[in-house]
Amino acid sequence: MIPNEMSRRRLLGLGIGLGAAATLTLAGCGGGDDSSGPAAGNGGKDYTGPKVDLKLWNGFTGGDGEIFKTLVSQFNSEHQNIAVSVATYQWEDYYNKLPGAASSGNGPDIAVMHMDQLATFAARGVITELDDVATTLELTEADFAPTVWKGGIYNNKRYGIPLDMHPLGFYYNKSVMEKAGLDPNKPPTTRDDFTAALTELKKSGVQGFWISPFQFTGGMSFYSLVYQFGGSLFDAEVNKATFNSDQAVEACTWMVDMIKQGHSPSNVGQDAEYLALKSGKNAFTFNGIWQINDLKKSPDVQWGVAPLPQIGSTPAAWANSHNFTIVKQRANNANKVSASKVFINWLSQHSLDWAKGGQVPARKSVRDSADFKALTEVGALAPELEYAAFPPATPGLGEVLTTFYNSFNEAALGKKSPKQALDDGVSKANKQLEDNRKKYGS
Amino acid sequence: MADVIEVGAARGDAPPPAASAARRRSSAGRGGRLTPYLFLAPYLVLFTVFGALPILLGVWLSLHQWDFQLPNRPFVGLDNYKELFSSDSAVYGDWWQSVRATAIFTVLSVPLLVVVPLGLAVLLNRSFPGRTFFRAVYFAPYVLGVAVIGLLWRFLLDANLGLVNRLLGVVGLPADTPWVTDVPWAWISLVGVTVWWTSGFNAVIYLAGLQDIPQELYEAAKVDGASAWERFRHVTLPGLRPVLLFVMTTTILASANVFGQSFLITQGAPGTETRSVVWFIVEEGLRDNDAGRAAAMSIVFALMLAVVSLANFRLFRYRED
Repeated sequence: MIPNEMSRRRLLGLGIGLGAAATLTLAGCGGGDDSSGPAAGNGGKDYTGPKVDLKLWNGFTGGDGEIFKTLVSQFNSEHQNIAVSVATYQWEDYYNKLPGAASSGNGPDIAVMHMDQLATFAARGVITELDDVATTLELTEADFAPTVWKGGIYNNKRYGIPLDMHPLGFYYNKSVMEKAGLDPNKPPTTRDDFTAALTELKKSGVQGFWISPFQFTGGMSFYSLVYQFGGSLFDAEVNKATFNSDQAVEACTWMVDMIKQGHSPSNVGQDAEYLALKSGKNAFTFNGIWQINDLKKSPDVQWGVAPLPQIGSTPAAWANSHNFTIVKQRANNANKVSASKVFINWLSQHSLDWAKGGQVPARKSVRDSADFKALTEVGALAPELEYAAFPPATPGLGEVLTTFYNSFNEAALGKKSPKQALDDGVSKANKQLEDNRKKYGS
Repeated sequence: MADVIEVGAARGDAPPPAASAARRRSSAGRGGRLTPYLFLAPYLVLFTVFGALPILLGVWLSLHQWDFQLPNRPFVGLDNYKELFSSDSAVYGDWWQSVRATAIFTVLSVPLLVVVPLGLAVLLNRSFPGRTFFRAVYFAPYVLGVAVIGLLWRFLLDANLGLVNRLLGVVGLPADTPWVTDVPWAWISLVGVTVWWTSGFNAVIYLAGLQDIPQELYEAAKVDGASAWERFRHVTLPGLRPVLLFVMTTTILASANVFGQSFLITQGAPGTETRSVVWFIVEEGLRDNDAGRAAAMSIVFALMLAVVSLANFRLFRYRED
């Protein structure tokens, strides 16, 4: 249903033990190769060498996968000496598979990766630096949004070239709004509008803003609100978790109060807030940009999407981004690396078609084009790029974020007060961060 | 999980070869001494490669901070084990919470999974029209994968949109029970779904056991005037003792290895209260790439299960004597 994001539904069956054993054995012969340097070719301007075959891995299992493949075949026909082949896996399997495959020499040349995975894979030596691609192609922050461009940097080196970004958007059911006497073409944009609308909805018998206790999507809504209220999840160096700050507690309390005030039922199940929106039982929900394509498949639902309303003191929205990375190879093949860079640059320039798959292109020139502006729904969320709250580039952050989402779960299910849940979460998160510092040595 | 089964199997197998070797020595002499080992060799090779070596590797991993992708994997001695028992470590709380969750699930599910299928098997063993159909019906859920039953029941049990609460509401019962997001309801859901899902498997095993009990024993009991209950108590149950031992052991191990149900149906909620040990080990080992810590947890968990299995074997052997 929601194909993105790694921490989700890690559906590992019985094969897991065998898989782990296999990768461990492979590691015996694959470890310790640190020789493949980044400097190869001219950084992606063009490629004139002998014909090379490139393997690319991604996790685009939805409709976006087809669009990606179409783009790749277009690239292949325009480049006689480069042949890119694509393999698609579930993101969950993909992130588990990639390190073992790379160190045994069976990995891809190019890997698509979420921004919050870059630091972990860079620290673990799976992917290689791409600073020269950025320099040669004269790609700078100005070509992208600063938020998404900075996210590709770990330890002052660039590891990812951003392809797109996928933020949380504000979805609303127009028919439900109409029934409550609200203007369906004017979704609330401020805290006052939002609560006023909820009051109207309540009068018409609708609980208007269902709060999911799970990462998808209540946790990500809370993530956005922490930043909206002026807080942050971590301090600047990501040494300490700060999601028990007054601002974060305030944000959490605001969400839990939605349940207490009857704007949301308690015990909302996974995906229930979204299904309720589609079936007219819920009016508002924050969900990922990827739901646009799903909603387009339901013509009987009258819906709209807008940037998140500003509940706190500043606009902010959870977001993540797909990045291109180049995988370190056991045997360094300069031709392959330089051909990979040509591909990455080409695809980044042609990311308009990718936008049709339901993602905001990272490249500014594409976002400014008239063609992109014609994509109403995806385009509606493009402004969020300016203030998107991407996860910081720190290795091993996945488990810490899970702790964050679990604290919210406890608060949203009423097991603990917001303050208590977040305090407990922070003290665990700090231990995890300390563990990670020891492990990755930063 | 394989480790423990292997341990159990090795225990069961060990005495006979030794005894037969001793007998051979006295009668046949030198020529036959190797024979039993040659017969054992194919299994021994498989056991060594897929049983013993991984266990040893696991022990070795558990003494390191091991991320196979990082160049330095320092030896940490027993730190990975100490962490599990010292309350100020990052994993202590999560680890014991997952042990507690697994224990609750096992204690609640095993009795039901031993008794309910037995009842089913006794019923399905009688001859009545449509017997084959009902045998298939009760076995059917077992052929579904955990992903299928997990998603199915998560939607059925949803507190606000699910069919279960809807039906309860129709008959006038509370319609807002949080089946998958609060305890103790989440435990009832997990255990209920598991019983529904896997009872058929145990029932089939019981059924095979029941068909092995000679009909003459029942006839003799009847002639002696034994009631239906007495026939069940004094003929069926003793006849099923080896099958019961098997069902008990495999069910305990299977329940202790619960992963998919809580991963998909409750997703650990509330908080991480329903996160099982195997799930936590998978997270540590594969998401957080700390194979050393995961290996230490696996070994501690395997030891716990070994103790339970030993107790189980003892219990049944004692009864036999």
